[in-house]
Amino acid sequence: MVTLTDARGRAGTGAPSTARARSPYPHWFYLPAAAIYGVLFIVPTVTSFWFSLTRWSVFDSTFVGLENFVTFFREPALVKGLTNTLIYGVVTSGAKVVLGMALALLLTSQIAARGWLRSVVFFPVLVSTIGVGLTFTVLMNPERGLINQSLAVLGIDGPGWLTDPSWALLSVALVDVWKGVGLATIIYIAGIVSIPAEYFEAAKVDGAGAWARFRNIILPLARPATATVIILSLIGGLRSFDLIWAMTRGGPGFTSDVIASVIYKQYQAGFYGLSTAGNVVLFLLVTAIVFPLSRWLNRREVEM
Amino acid sequence: MRSKLLGLLALVLSGVVFGVPFLFIVLTAGKTRAEASRLEFSWPTQLRFVANFVEVVQARDYMLIIAYINSTVLTVASVSIMVVLAAMVAFVLQRRPSRWTGPVNLLVLAGLIIPPAVVPTIWVLQRLGLFRTMPGLILVEVAFGLSFCVLLFRAFIATIPRELDEAAILDGAGPLRLFFRVVFPLLRSVIVTAIVVQSVTVFNDFVNPLYFLPGDQNATVQLTLYNFAGQYSTDYHLLFMNILLITIPPLIMFAFFNRQIVAGMTSGAVKG
Repeated sequence: MVTLTDARGRAGTGAPSTARARSPYPHWFYLPAAAIYGVLFIVPTVTSFWFSLTRWSVFDSTFVGLENFVTFFREPALVKGLTNTLIYGVVTSGAKVVLGMALALLLTSQIAARGWLRSVVFFPVLVSTIGVGLTFTVLMNPERGLINQSLAVLGIDGPGWLTDPSWALLSVALVDVWKGVGLATIIYIAGIVSIPAEYFEAAKVDGAGAWARFRNIILPLARPATATVIILSLIGGLRSFDLIWAMTRGGPGFTSDVIASVIYKQYQAGFYGLSTAGNVVLFLLVTAIVFPLSRWLNRREVEM
Repeated sequence: MRSKLLGLLALVLSGVVFGVPFLFIVLTAGKTRAEASRLEFSWPTQLRFVANFVEVVQARDYMLIIAYINSTVLTVASVSIMVVLAAMVAFVLQRRPSRWTGPVNLLVLAGLIIPPAVVPTIWVLQRLGLFRTMPGLILVEVAFGLSFCVLLFRAFIATIPRELDEAAILDGAGPLRLFFRVVFPLLRSVIVTAIVVQSVTVFNDFVNPLYFLPGDQNATVQLTLYNFAGQYSTDYHLLFMNILLITIPPLIMFAFFNRQIVAGMTSGAVKG
């Protein structure tokens, strides 16, 4: 996704000298998009650095230096949001890589009802996060919920998925994986299908088993797909808000708070400066993780 | 034999993991209040789909209808604007390497990766007089959706031969005619993908309406559902009818464009 395919497919670069004045590809085509994007994305992003340094209410803002950040990192509940964000991002994207790969392997093999299964796995991707969240809140009800009722039949005493502080965050992450694994699967399917058949034939001639084929052909050649899945799900996971908000509102206590829910809570409470400081922290976190990671993943791909 | 068994196992497992939650939504939506509150996975003793449907629609002065209208306006307006503007950007970005190419590429990537700064966005909207208005929210959705569309279109425009442009230019077409009459129609298949994916995204969006369009009178379907869950927390039959109704538009999209979505997602995501 993040690879920049360079678009310099021009045969001769001898552009006519009038091109500057009357190119068929005028630069002003950028303008309408740039205006909207600039005003509603770039300006807020840039000014957020300033506002994060202020005490900011509805009426005015006073410069307070790094006070918001100090508050942010001193408050245990807010630091919890930071570590939870990291846990959530890593758990969801890790699970999506493993399960997405496994499902894709299954759904590219010769099994019955393959097309149907692909649709079934993908459909939750399109359903509203709030709807999914509310549904699973009911299914995860500790006493009457379907999940614990079913576990009880098997003789397992299920935990209070959303009410037990040690489970709440993981439960939400689990639902996130349920909802999003279809996208990872589709990306992996595309990656696996594009592997030339000759590789598999050659492996067969060499007498390679299923595991060897997976280990030596599919795993390395599906690497671009892995990079895409990791990057996409990390971006989504680190920024995740709606599922957590619908299922736990960051609770019980602050045990499932993530940065995005902290931002919302501070905003609701009228602490705009602190809220924006949370935004800056999230910005730095996402950038610091995603940019180097995507560069690293793409570099390894080239070496291979 | 082994693969058949594996297939069967996969069917059963996927049925349990992915089928049961959806079936649960449908079943609960058709129950009576008392029966739904038991949260059981069972067939309703009385089918009350119509009654529940009517009750949900009428709840809080036909809020759901208002929300549906709002969500439709939001989705149609923001997706049309972002598709046209993103195609224009992608066209020039792909066709004309210049000193702008690098910065524009960087901004496109930034739009995908950087989490939007919420409160400053509200501040900007307030300054423009667009906070708490539908046009404001539409423009916000456009701004946040542009990057994805540009990436999708750019990869596709690269496959359209330049000779077509040149022929059109020789025939005397200006940039606008060249783009809207020649190139834009050729993008049809990828435009459908972008429209479907972004419609689902905008229609399902909860966060942006929550921040930028609060208040009951102009709530979108997702906000309405969320508020409904808080207000009618014991009426599970109505809650699940609400969830069901909100799941229908994406379901229709899915039924019509399943293949298209999957193909577009993969070409956009992996090649981009």
